[in-house]
Amino acid sequence: MQNRRETLKQTAVVAGLLATAGFPQFAHAAFNKAAFDAKSVQDSAKAAGATSMAESKDVTITGPDIAENGAVVPLGASTALAGVKHLLIMVEKNPSALVAMFHVTDAVEANFSTRAKMGQSSDVYAVAIMNDGKALWAKKEVKVTLGGCGG
Amino acid sequence: MADPMRIRAQASGDKATVRVLMSHEMESGQRKDASGKTVPAWFIQEVTAKLNGKDVFSAEWGPAVSKNPFLQFNVKGAKAGDKIAVTWKDNKGDTRTDEATVS
Repeated sequence: MQNRRETLKQTAVVAGLLATAGFPQFAHAAFNKAAFDAKSVQDSAKAAGATSMAESKDVTITGPDIAENGAVVPLGASTALAGVKHLLIMVEKNPSALVAMFHVTDAVEANFSTRAKMGQSSDVYAVAIMNDGKALWAKKEVKVTLGGCGG
Repeated sequence: MADPMRIRAQASGDKATVRVLMSHEMESGQRKDASGKTVPAWFIQEVTAKLNGKDVFSAEWGPAVSKNPFLQFNVKGAKAGDKIAVTWKDNKGDTRTDEATVS
């Protein structure tokens, strides 16, 4: 039997745990393992908080058409939209799709570049997750002549 | 301790472009060594940046980011003389912070 006091106590403990573990919030971003473990673009976006997905012209992915070395593929994601919460870079055919998740705030522009490893030729995605949970994406095909994973 | 990062921050108009080159192995956890054992994943998980001590940027990375990662982002409202500090933390708990001045 559980009375009210015990329930309250347990709730407090759970809240305390959550507070120390920290939800993915600014400055104390707890590592979103689910999103990085997810295999597909959709699952990964869902784990990052997306509720619906749609292609959009307002999101831009930049990358080479042909990457000679799959270990170093320069990829960039940007959008001019307001109300973006996260900007994700994904490589569809990697063992885990998600490469990087950038948290957009008032202080930075939603325009990030980095370099990614690609195992094989694949579509690369830029996914913007809006504050309301909508995910807008753009994709581009990158051909890899030499894989970056394994070997 | 890992090697220092190379940070370049350049002001243009009302924003500054920050380019960071980190020194990290970024082991994906997919590779196997000569004896066929999987090399455990070792990668940068979190990157944060502060402008004059105030948080402005944060990101989470997976193991698919390249070795010795490059990162570029734009900070609004940064001007020449401001201090930008970048911190990373890897999945082994190792961390490093380096600072640069916006020019």
